[in-house]
Amino acid sequence: MRPPRYGVDDSPIFVIDQSRCIGCEACVQACEECGTHRGRSMIHLDRIDRAATTQTAPMICMHCEDPTCAQVCPADAIKQTEGGVVQSALKPRCIGCSNCVLACPFGVPKYVAEFDQMMKCDMCQDRTAEGYAPMCASVCPSEALWYGTVDEFTERRRGTLLDAWLFGRQQVRTKVFTVVDDVSPGPLDALSTGTGTWLDDPFGLEEGT
Amino acid sequence: MARPAVDEATLIAKYGPHLNRRPPGGWDADLEIDRVVETHCCFCGQQCGIKLKVHDNEVVGFEPWYEFPFNEGKLCPKGVKRYLQGSHPDRLLTPMERDETAPGGFRKVSWDHALDRVVSEIRRIQGTYGDDAFAMLSGVSLTNEKSYLIGKFARLALHTANLDYNGRYCMVSAGAGNKKALGMDRASNPWSDIPLADVVWIAGSNVAETFPITTSYIWRARDRGARLIVQDPRVVPLARTADLFLPVRPGSDSALFGAVLHELIRNDWLDHEFIEAHTVGFEEAAATVAEMTPAWASEICGVPAARIAEAAEWWGTSATGMMLHARGIEQQTKGVDNVVSAINLGLATGKFGKPGCGVSTITGQGNGQGGREHGHKCDQLPGNRDISNPEHREYVASVWGCDESDIPGKGLPALALIEAIHRGEIKGLLSICFNPAVSSPDVNFTAEALDRLEFYATIDFFLSESGHHADIVLPGSLHEEDEGTSTSGEGRIIKINAAVDPPGEARRDWEILLDIATRLGKGKWFPYSNTKEIFEELCRASAGGLADYAGATWERIEAEHGLFWPVPEPGHPGTPRLYEGGRFAHPDGRARFSAVPWRESAEVIDDDYPVWLTTGRVVSQYLSGTQTRRIEPLVAQYPEPLCEIHPRLAQELGITEGDIVRVESRRGDITLPAKVVNTIRPDTVFIPYHWPGTKAANQLTIRAVDPVSNMPEFKVAAVRVTRVGTRSAVTIDRRDMDVTDGLR
Repeated sequence: MRPPRYGVDDSPIFVIDQSRCIGCEACVQACEECGTHRGRSMIHLDRIDRAATTQTAPMICMHCEDPTCAQVCPADAIKQTEGGVVQSALKPRCIGCSNCVLACPFGVPKYVAEFDQMMKCDMCQDRTAEGYAPMCASVCPSEALWYGTVDEFTERRRGTLLDAWLFGRQQVRTKVFTVVDDVSPGPLDALSTGTGTWLDDPFGLEEGT
Repeated sequence: MARPAVDEATLIAKYGPHLNRRPPGGWDADLEIDRVVETHCCFCGQQCGIKLKVHDNEVVGFEPWYEFPFNEGKLCPKGVKRYLQGSHPDRLLTPMERDETAPGGFRKVSWDHALDRVVSEIRRIQGTYGDDAFAMLSGVSLTNEKSYLIGKFARLALHTANLDYNGRYCMVSAGAGNKKALGMDRASNPWSDIPLADVVWIAGSNVAETFPITTSYIWRARDRGARLIVQDPRVVPLARTADLFLPVRPGSDSALFGAVLHELIRNDWLDHEFIEAHTVGFEEAAATVAEMTPAWASEICGVPAARIAEAAEWWGTSATGMMLHARGIEQQTKGVDNVVSAINLGLATGKFGKPGCGVSTITGQGNGQGGREHGHKCDQLPGNRDISNPEHREYVASVWGCDESDIPGKGLPALALIEAIHRGEIKGLLSICFNPAVSSPDVNFTAEALDRLEFYATIDFFLSESGHHADIVLPGSLHEEDEGTSTSGEGRIIKINAAVDPPGEARRDWEILLDIATRLGKGKWFPYSNTKEIFEELCRASAGGLADYAGATWERIEAEHGLFWPVPEPGHPGTPRLYEGGRFAHPDGRARFSAVPWRESAEVIDDDYPVWLTTGRVVSQYLSGTQTRRIEPLVAQYPEPLCEIHPRLAQELGITEGDIVRVESRRGDITLPAKVVNTIRPDTVFIPYHWPGTKAANQLTIRAVDPVSNMPEFKVAAVRVTRVGTRSAVTIDRRDMDVTDGLR
């Protein structure tokens, strides 16, 4: 059972495993309920291609170590907290140019015309500062969005945590982790059908009955 | 006279559904929180723990309840936005009486006037046509206390046999199957057993959308290396990552289960010791499946034979395994057949009464488990006792302090009750927590039936589509306005705490029922001053029954984060896992194998109606939508019913994404947009059922029921689909609007 609150020394991490997303939108609905978000949901949930699949993908800010959004901001309006959380553009500085919107490799920041300001996921600063999980990771029914310690993750879940990315020549390291399948050692069995092959023909139309 | 007094548009304009968007005071109100109340979600059978934030007798928001062990703070979108049902503009605040001259078709009346009218109509109808001509319909969003009270109220205050509940459309096939095979009706396992299973088999349950939190339990099993099998006509979100998908065509589940049992026997993947020591009837069951090969089943259910064999191998050779089933296999005329065929697979391999082993229903409604135990079913008395059993009647009469002969006999199940109204045999109705105008099969017939009532009174917090027909509307209580217990899908009794008082002149449901009883001169049977006293009587009434709560107390339930029944005496630790040591609940301690010969659904496709229809739910709506169609952020997620259709069938019919199609059955038709998706069988269409009137999927469904459970066949019908045009208006997806300026 996860604790309701984490201490500073616990160093909880945020993990996204999009393969577990069930598209329920609990995260989208809960995000706007966070005390400081005031009815504005900062998380994105993409339906990849509903005609082909029910796959959906939630996207929070990955909170880059050296955030591209801040690098490209002509007004120096995007700041990080001491804990490495990248914040929405500072209201007095933001000029609404949307450089950050275009530059972010993860497609996270959005320009909000109503406030003439770039707004984005702040990892529920008010909650995490108190040791509570962000709203999205609190409610996520499938734990596609997850908040806890590295020890809790390795004890309970499979997969390898990953926080380094290559976008062309740009290397990015993120505060938020994603999960990739554990790579099994040894040679790849090229003839193995493996499991999940039914996905190529879910209803057995080619297989015959 | 129960025909709506004014047209539907006028009723909707006045009573909704209107959409509640923001918390009381708006997002920037910064309200001081007076208290935070630990309680549970009002929606599905998982009964997730949630904390409600209260300001000035209004629920203004929620906070995850991390300490409640079932969900550890997790919630689906319905749970997150549930708080918006309070302080809602549609909330009924005063009693009302049908009045064709009043704007909206109802005039406000005093409680005295409303209750006097109800009581005089009960007396008139029962005096003229007999006691059973006045019926009651109930539901299992109600607490255990209210479920128990309604059972007693209908029998002793109304003195009618005709009481039934909306679980008749939800859990009864599982209940009947469980009782027949295992001797009692409860999930065989606590959910903490799911992560211990080596194979998890989900049969006819869209877990991700209807029991979302259960997804995390399944992933915990998979993180341990468990394999996941999903059996469904659609590649539902959980199926997407499954290790094996069994794309069963609607109505053919028992053929598939029969072939699996055939394979288990053929390969000797059996637990002979378990079968010998703890079951009866194996030989008959085995003989029945002797010819049910995977190839034979494949012809019927459309699942490739190799996949059936593979599923059997995984189930038969895994040390542990859990099968979870839900409405997909249960809402059929073969619902009980399907459930006992599934249980056969657990018995054959000894997968009961051990960690990570079980075959269990996932109960649908909030109190779908508790509400089917305490006596508001037509054939039932408290403690899941049988109303036709003389000993059971004597015992309950002794608790109630009445004579055994004071308790009426078995009444009509829900759909038969509606049909009796249609025939004019039942003339009066009191309903609570049941919206048959949306949830019944063949809803056009249901609306006709309600029209024919001489008198209809309803207790509700919003005016449902059934309420449109009412002569008297009594404003009752929302989940957060009263306290009591419910029993979750795991069999865990939990405490529901009141966050606020009923607003306006609205009253707690049990207070209304007590008032009616008193005015009927039956007040002596109902001497309660609070719901805790009702619970204490419920525990006594359940003692020694199949659903035994005798040792439960509100204090223990709260302190221990729930208590699993049976809890037969004070201090008993409760029983999270049933049937340990292979001891089943039949008097001889043995489980029953069932011989299940194959038979077809009530309706099969033909040249006139060549496509299978199946119905179900979406994640953002709950049941008939009385609550969730009033919550804007949930409505925005899935605003209207769509017809899911495979591109192969769509192409044959000249249909492209978004086209408007007409779907017709022998009962009625619906016109709606097509959703062309690769994730449904090419011979089947799917329509979710949460909407009323011309948007009701249940215009198409058939009034055919399971012969044992009386469950209607919501999951199988024959339809034809035609294209009627292109979509006239573009539905704007709120997520697209978010991209620029968050106009939500």
